[in-house]
Amino acid sequence: MDSFLENNGMYRGIYCYFSGNEGNAAWCKGLDGILPLGWEWLGYFIAGFTIMLVLVNGALLGAALFVWGERRILGRIHKRRGPNRWGPFGLLQPIADLLKLLIKEDLVPTIADRVVFTLVPVVMLMSLLLSLAVIPFAHNTYLADLNVAVLYFVAVGSLSTIAIFMAGWSSGNKYAIFGAMRSVAMLISYEVPLVMSLVGVVLIAGSMSMVDVVNAQHVPFILVQPLGALIFLLGISAELNRTPFDIMEAESEIIAGYHTEYSGIKFGLIQAAEMAGVLAASAVLATLFLGGWSGPVFSSELGAVWFLLKLTFFAFVFIWIRGTFPRLRIDQIMAFAWKFLLPLAFINLMSTAVEVYFFGFYNASADQLGVITRNELWVMAAINSGIAVVAITLFGRVTRNRMETEPVRLHKFQSAGTVIGVN
Amino acid sequence: MYGRGLIKGLFVTLKNLVRPPFTVQYPEERLTQHPRFRGQEFAWYEERCTGCASCAKYCPLGIIRIVTEPSTTSVEQGGKYNIETFDIDIGRCMFCGLCVEACPYDALFMGSGFERGKYRRKDLLISVDELRTAAKRPSTWFRPQLERNGYDPHAGVPISWKDVGRENWEWRQEDKAGSRFYKTNTDQQNKVVENSAEEIP
Repeated sequence: MDSFLENNGMYRGIYCYFSGNEGNAAWCKGLDGILPLGWEWLGYFIAGFTIMLVLVNGALLGAALFVWGERRILGRIHKRRGPNRWGPFGLLQPIADLLKLLIKEDLVPTIADRVVFTLVPVVMLMSLLLSLAVIPFAHNTYLADLNVAVLYFVAVGSLSTIAIFMAGWSSGNKYAIFGAMRSVAMLISYEVPLVMSLVGVVLIAGSMSMVDVVNAQHVPFILVQPLGALIFLLGISAELNRTPFDIMEAESEIIAGYHTEYSGIKFGLIQAAEMAGVLAASAVLATLFLGGWSGPVFSSELGAVWFLLKLTFFAFVFIWIRGTFPRLRIDQIMAFAWKFLLPLAFINLMSTAVEVYFFGFYNASADQLGVITRNELWVMAAINSGIAVVAITLFGRVTRNRMETEPVRLHKFQSAGTVIGVN
Repeated sequence: MYGRGLIKGLFVTLKNLVRPPFTVQYPEERLTQHPRFRGQEFAWYEERCTGCASCAKYCPLGIIRIVTEPSTTSVEQGGKYNIETFDIDIGRCMFCGLCVEACPYDALFMGSGFERGKYRRKDLLISVDELRTAAKRPSTWFRPQLERNGYDPHAGVPISWKDVGRENWEWRQEDKAGSRFYKTNTDQQNKVVENSAEEIP
């Protein structure tokens, strides 16, 4: 049975085990399926279901592990220990959290829009799990090799904005709607430099498919596109409500932002979606900028290991950033997006386009660009690093005064002796 | 350069990440307390106590309750009263130690423990039976003779009423030698007293 899963190693194995026969595709040769002829649909169903189960559970388990890791690392940054009570190194702590959330009462406010309120965790989790479909986890291991995978990831990832706004609107709580409004304002601003930063990668790889991007990375694109990687990292951490940009759930200002009214397992699902979103972002960062499953040795055999290492590195970077930086004000965040990230994204895009035009010479007869070789990538890396340093310095100087000064305040009490109003 | 502070902050957190944590995992690890730590579980030596109730009078919170009766048998030191009741309500105690300072016979000592969490308030009351039977690990607070003997309550060895000693009378004399209202027997201190007496017309 033909399907878009045909290149997936796991799908091939399971499908051929159940339904491999002579009438099947050529890649099942040498295997006799245990199901009789005419039951290929069952093998297809079992294979697809298994992959879905592995992916969904892997994402949620990864989210649980990430919660544990984040709490441990944040603890160590604060010179604490983090959770260490249950299990070795407190590894079973997420399970304890989950059990606690499961037995909590699931409250719905009286004035809430019940249907939308209930739909929010589903939409959030759905947008996350959909975005996992295009990520190649190892050699020939992915759910779908879309030819617009990068665009698909960005589009599906911004679905969570809708979920956040649904939560804020349906809760009937002023803090929830505050958080949701902040979130929408911020996420739409950050979407622009985020997408622009990915265009450079797409230009060099010549394809939007994640698999092609990985294959094109003779040099990790974080060297070839340092500016793009930086902008993507910052933009995606804004999109994931991570700490320097977490004004939408700023607990010191608005209680918990858009999920103020959520409790029980709904809250747990929202948290799981947020945490797994970090993992998905790390996976995309690892795939687009650090070579995905390709490693120095045993790329095709140990692809999953290389991929996990790179993913862990970026997840650590996210935690590190969260443990370091304080929350920004809304005007600082907006200024950062529009005055700093967006010009840098344009500079990155322009320079990459010019470089690709000169290095991958346009082949008029074949109507396509030539392949960019490894040496040409190194030259591009050198040029782009220089451009990155110059651009960051320049735009830092331009935007510094606006971003770092405090709003002008009237100094009512200028000297200790005089008080205004007493004359 | 713009962003230098951000990078500096990242390295500060990275440095803290590789440093060992300074939290103490309490039930497994314990910090050692100072010997002068004013803890709960007061150490009370009945053999020393005369039932004068100075501690009860000095207590700013009035949480020490003493009931005595005339003694018929001879007790080794003091021996004026039998103690019927000696209750300390440490639920309201602020561990100021004034009762220990007030005790003229060195019969009451601060305790050295701090793990007396109870489920009911009435369990926080230390009764006379508990004071009699408890293993006595007195704090060296306001009892310099214990410290001079090198006693450490946190070493875990209880100490009997014969070993805790009395506050050294000579030591107190040295302390008060500067006062011309306080006359002593030693020569050196007599000199001091005489000199100061001459200066005053």
